[in-house]
Amino acid sequence: MSLERPDTTDDAAIERTPDELEALLGDLVVKRDDHLNAPGFVIRPDTVQETLSILKEQAGYDHLSVVSAQEYENRYESIYHLKKFDDPTQEVSVVVPADKDDPVSESAEPVFRTADWHEREAYDLIGIEYDDHPDLRRILLPETWQGHPLSMDYDKDRPQIATLPEHANPLQEHYKDSESDTMFLNIGPHHPATHGVLHLKTVLDGEQVVDVEPDIGYLHRCEEQMAQAGTYRHQIMPYPDRWDYISAGLLNEWAYARAAEDLAEIEVPEYAQVIRTMGAEMCRIAAHMLALATFALDVNGDFTATFMYAINDRERVQDLLEDLTGQRLMFNYFRLGGVVWDLPEPREEFFSKTRDFLDQLPESVEEYHNLVTSNEIFQMRTIDTGVLPPDVAKDYGATGPVARGSGVDYDLRRDDPYGYYDELDWDVVTEEGCDNFSRLLVRMREVEESAKIIEQCVDLLEDWPEDERNIQANVPRTLRPDDDAEIYRAVEGAKGELGIYIRSDGTDKPGRFKIRSPCFSNLQTLPEMANGEYIPDVIAALGSLDIVLGEVDR
Amino acid sequence: MSSDQPFITDESQVVTETRDARMTGQGDRFNSRLREAFGSSPFILTKFDKFLNWCRGSSMFMLQFGIACCSIEMMHTYAVKHDLDRFGSGVPRASPRQADVMIVPGTIVSKFAPRMKRVYDQMPEPKFVVGMGSCTISGGPFQEGYNVIKGAEEVIPIDIHVPGCPPRPEALVYGVVKLQERVANGEASPVTVKPYELEEFSDLERDELVDKLADQIDEDELVMRYNFADSP
Ligand code: SF4
Repeated sequence: MSLERPDTTDDAAIERTPDELEALLGDLVVKRDDHLNAPGFVIRPDTVQETLSILKEQAGYDHLSVVSAQEYENRYESIYHLKKFDDPTQEVSVVVPADKDDPVSESAEPVFRTADWHEREAYDLIGIEYDDHPDLRRILLPETWQGHPLSMDYDKDRPQIATLPEHANPLQEHYKDSESDTMFLNIGPHHPATHGVLHLKTVLDGEQVVDVEPDIGYLHRCEEQMAQAGTYRHQIMPYPDRWDYISAGLLNEWAYARAAEDLAEIEVPEYAQVIRTMGAEMCRIAAHMLALATFALDVNGDFTATFMYAINDRERVQDLLEDLTGQRLMFNYFRLGGVVWDLPEPREEFFSKTRDFLDQLPESVEEYHNLVTSNEIFQMRTIDTGVLPPDVAKDYGATGPVARGSGVDYDLRRDDPYGYYDELDWDVVTEEGCDNFSRLLVRMREVEESAKIIEQCVDLLEDWPEDERNIQANVPRTLRPDDDAEIYRAVEGAKGELGIYIRSDGTDKPGRFKIRSPCFSNLQTLPEMANGEYIPDVIAALGSLDIVLGEVDR
Repeated sequence: MSSDQPFITDESQVVTETRDARMTGQGDRFNSRLREAFGSSPFILTKFDKFLNWCRGSSMFMLQFGIACCSIEMMHTYAVKHDLDRFGSGVPRASPRQADVMIVPGTIVSKFAPRMKRVYDQMPEPKFVVGMGSCTISGGPFQEGYNVIKGAEEVIPIDIHVPGCPPRPEALVYGVVKLQERVANGEASPVTVKPYELEEFSDLERDELVDKLADQIDEDELVMRYNFADSP
């Protein structure tokens, strides 16, 4: 079947039991602290690099999903959630406690590049300091911010000051000689090509980019704080819609639903799973359409027509989603244990509308290929620009179309199945080009795969016996998962691995709620793709990453 | 048609009326129905201000300005199906210097507010602002957030609020058309909140926080100070 993985036989792929891992790490393990999804090893804060490199080199854990940090009554703690790109169901958590009065812990950046931003975020929001980190600054909040907002004694009413600085050219002194002089260029935070409020600090030497540094945090809406203040049952679900707001709402809701359902051991009825799968793939189509639309616009202003075409197709999907969920953008349709209501009546009408949409889709895709991908100018701008080799992509924890465009065969829908995906027939799309063009192709081909999935779901739903249409499991009114249960669960969002770490503290609200945003990790690869290229290639590379700032900043 | 034959216009296929009239110098291309309705008089009487306001309201240039989720619906408003351009206000300008109206589509956070103020300041007078979504009214779903400004009106004055999370494109169209109506009628909106200002650091009242930051921020650097405790 198409869903099977290619065989991998090297040492790293061997699945080890938790005890074998513990033996491998030997004295490094201080004690065990297992999470619901993975074995957890507590280590000393000065052995982070050693532990992670053993796990990476010898046990094959080559994917650092996320670093989640938190503060307890008596200590600080950073957790490194590791996985394998080849088999993401093999997970391990490395737990690093740090001293309450002097929270210092060794940085993992030399082992995993992606730790750079994740640790900066932990420093910014929680206040843990990372030794040996190349550039430990605030990342989401203004540099002049006082206090660490997710730490325990933060007072959110205190006044704050934000600055509007003139940016100095960080390389100027260094580059200055009689021949060359560098120029500093601000792109954003208010700029049509940055897809929202992203700020790129770029240093140019002539037309060439010497250094580009994404400056984020212009849309840091405290999503984690919001989730920690809401009750599991109903109050958290509306927020995921607003992380990746490009109509990818259901995909995000699924991330929360999956984590919370596994935490509270809720079984979702099959019928609801099929509806979820269908809805989620509709969202994926809508999201990829916008990615295509804006990318074409970024690359060449003449593609306004493409933009209109793609928006037109989005309107069609949004109509379907509106019929299903009642909203165009912020669906709030999933509930823990299922979905909020059944398909709209009359069902036949909804099915035929969906079928109509699917029937015309191949024609639209054809049209996009004529308009965009076979266009010479477009090809010149995108082929062999913004190159991201697969090992670099992995090192930065890139996932989703960005990784798959670099030939990394990683899709959680297949590799860590949830919902109804493993019962359906579809393919994971990868491209080997590693460039801007490949990433776009991946998205366009994924649209076709999503259409396949939707079609199969519609077939299933049509024949579903009427008395077995169970849309929600029985879920208690208030959920109180066991004290100190911890879980990290991820789904394949529109942009990649969207994961959530929850620690319960025995109440009906999460003790810590951490979002692993795919865009956050993907955006981190931008300097790798852009340095040394021309300015227009930076814009193309950024467009092909398809970031959404709501999710980068959260 | 073989290629060696020169291309000849088929005269019978061309509507030649206006062309002939112009060749003989008799046609009046500027004649319009409206002109006929006014009869022979080439003058109409109106107040200059009224006329200017009418012009202003009939053709508004929007600032291309996306912040958060609401900007997705704003894009849909500009694009096919909803097509804001039908009402004479759908041309997004990328530069604030060419724009009349700013739609604020989303949540404003501490780091972005000074930039938004700057963009607003760069727009030429007269300028108008449409606040889109609950976030620009009060901070919306994120009102409790430690980093969120409780409404766009704390930073810039807003003329029209369009509620919703997000408002449907139809709602935004309604909001913009309402604004055009008000502009055409010469109505202005009062500012209801004392906004946060961009000011030089040395102009801030000295207190604990300012003292603490004194060695980090230059005297003449522009800053915005948020008093979250007094926020609505
Ligand atoms: S009002 Fe709602 S949709 Fe609009 S920006 Fe705020 S959260 Fe997003």
